[in-house]
Amino acid sequence: MTAHYKTFGLLAALTLLQASTGFKKQQGNMGGHGINQRLSEYAFFTGPLADLQPAPGVFPYEVNAPLFSDYAEKARLISLPPGAKMVYHPDASFEYPVGAAIIKNFFYWHDAAHPEKGRRIIETRVLLKETKGWKALAYIWNREQTDAVLEVAGATTPVTWQTASGKKQEFAYTVPNVNQCKGCHSYDGQFIPIGTTSRQLNLSLPNHENQLVAFQKWGILDLPEGFDPATSPYLSDYRKPGDTERAARAYLDGNCAHCHNPHGPASTSGMFLGAEVQDPEQLGIRKPPVAAGRGSGNRKYGIVPGKPSESILLYRMEHNDPGIRMPELGRQLMHEEGVELIKNWIREMN
Amino acid sequence: MKYLLPLFVLLCWKSSLLLAQAELEKQIQTQLILAEDGAVIELPAGKIVLSNTLSLDAKRDIVIRGAGQDKTILSFKNQSQGAEGIKITNAQNIVLEHFTVEDSKGDLIKTQSVKGLVFRDITARWTGKPKASNGSYALYPVQCQTVRIERCTAIGASDAGIYVGQSDSVWVTECVAKNNVAGIEIENTTNAWVWKNQAFANTGGILVFDLPDLLKKRGGHVKVYDNLIGRNNYKNFAPKGNIVGKVPPGTGVMILATNDVEIYQNKIWENKTASTAIMSYYITENPIKDTAYNPYPSNIYIHDNIYSEGKRMPTWKSKLGFIFWWKFGKKVPHILYDGIQNPEWVDTNGRLKAAYRICIRQNENGTFANIRADKLGLFKGKISKNIGPYDCTL
Repeated sequence: MTAHYKTFGLLAALTLLQASTGFKKQQGNMGGHGINQRLSEYAFFTGPLADLQPAPGVFPYEVNAPLFSDYAEKARLISLPPGAKMVYHPDASFEYPVGAAIIKNFFYWHDAAHPEKGRRIIETRVLLKETKGWKALAYIWNREQTDAVLEVAGATTPVTWQTASGKKQEFAYTVPNVNQCKGCHSYDGQFIPIGTTSRQLNLSLPNHENQLVAFQKWGILDLPEGFDPATSPYLSDYRKPGDTERAARAYLDGNCAHCHNPHGPASTSGMFLGAEVQDPEQLGIRKPPVAAGRGSGNRKYGIVPGKPSESILLYRMEHNDPGIRMPELGRQLMHEEGVELIKNWIREMN
Repeated sequence: MKYLLPLFVLLCWKSSLLLAQAELEKQIQTQLILAEDGAVIELPAGKIVLSNTLSLDAKRDIVIRGAGQDKTILSFKNQSQGAEGIKITNAQNIVLEHFTVEDSKGDLIKTQSVKGLVFRDITARWTGKPKASNGSYALYPVQCQTVRIERCTAIGASDAGIYVGQSDSVWVTECVAKNNVAGIEIENTTNAWVWKNQAFANTGGILVFDLPDLLKKRGGHVKVYDNLIGRNNYKNFAPKGNIVGKVPPGTGVMILATNDVEIYQNKIWENKTASTAIMSYYITENPIKDTAYNPYPSNIYIHDNIYSEGKRMPTWKSKLGFIFWWKFGKKVPHILYDGIQNPEWVDTNGRLKAAYRICIRQNENGTFANIRADKLGLFKGKISKNIGPYDCTL
């Protein structure tokens, strides 16, 4: 284990050296934060960095239907320049002013049943809005949890934790490289944020206040005239018990539709999984694959109603082989709960 | 005990090699990420073992160059991350040349949304016996524009060796495709020229397909000429569900539902089931729900090809092959047309109107049959060997 870390340290230093020369040129034409080599240099947080306490101008947020990332927990934040606001959009990601940042911290509780025993933060992903568009940066935390360092080429690090049911888990966690970030964050080839859509953010906070209404109250978002959370679109929280159809469509929206839409990287497949899609063929129902290759698992259609074991969609969710699994990136482990949900959804379909 | 020290040394040596490989992988990936437009990225000679996809995104005027096909070998045998060997996206003017890439878990080289792309002197292969667990495509440009694939070799793909999908302006020349399910496949692609290639020992040699449910609805204006297309009798090892899984072993050239295709001056020999097949999408027996999709081939011109005599038994491992055997025995005609026609394209004499013609002329040993299938994939009609209605030029 130690040897691993030494190696990674060395590589990180090497990459850092290259990264600093590569990125330096861009500092001139950049608004807002500029690219920092260390997470601590942004002042996103106040107090000890590992507490992830938002500094003034930095706002936590939650989403309805999160992307599964190998059971990592996530702490999400938006940073806005003083007085600046996000621009509401009914069915796409909100727009952001130059200088904004979206910050996502990936961590594991040592023991998920006892969060008080502490956590290990693995990486913090930062999307920076610059004049030329978004820039994706991954910062890898040190063992001491005192800071995180920019890593453009990605990395692998062993992670162990105990699940809420007491099972010990161990695997090689992968931090994506910047190209892989865009493997998902892409709309017609342009980099975009994914999670901050109104249907993801339209949710009730623990204090029963609607999150979007709270954003307006904090002065970081103007909602349209007469906005009513109850009649505005929202995705179900698929982790809570409820209607299978709604939950499954929310799951597919949050986990697949960033690529599987007509403007995303999986546009080549003709299979589109956004919550708004109505056409059964586009959803994959009795649709033969286009270029699935061995990802088809010898099954004929994306979804065969009533028959999860004949549906390619489920086959790809159930496998961890990189040539078969879906999503292609950001998943090493099977999401058991997600597989169960989609299995039930297909089984109940007629 | 005395073995422990050598073992320890060996282990150290091995792990230091792995470490060096990991370092090299990271170095190459970092170079790709930080490359300035106009950069030339040199891949060193030697076998480079990689664990993750190498990716390049949103760059212009980049050359990725190896030290030679037999010198720089990128092996993805131990890949644990990423669905491709190399992935290039949203880029302009990219040249890949002089290296070998092998054994990725998914596709070997996928390029998506690239304008101006050259693959030159590249070998892309799966080692070992061809098998269903090989990745789908060796060279895979999709949604690309202006693509030149030259002097490349593709081996062992469980779908297509050289597969060009949903692209425009494509040249494939002087390439070799062998032991793939499909040697070279042009799919929903416009303005493609495929010439001076060799397609040997695949399940199907060269395929020109238009499929439903895709964003780019229509391919066409495809020329296939001066190619050597021989002995494509390899068993079909595609995983089921994929369209090429339906290609019968022993297929030389197949046109599926594509318009404006010219096949000429090819040497086509000893493909046991169908040397040249002109088919509608109905022959796949897949449902068609895409209302914008045209399932019929039209404006097809097959001429001046040389077919070998070849008396071989067509495959029994496909319904089509079995029917051919049943109808023709060992004397399957070289040029086969399924005869499924769009009723709106037919004149009062039952012939295709001028705008939709299928012309077959001056093929050496070019025996012909219209198998007169119907849309349900049944073969009730009497097979016609009369080439008369198709004796025309386009």
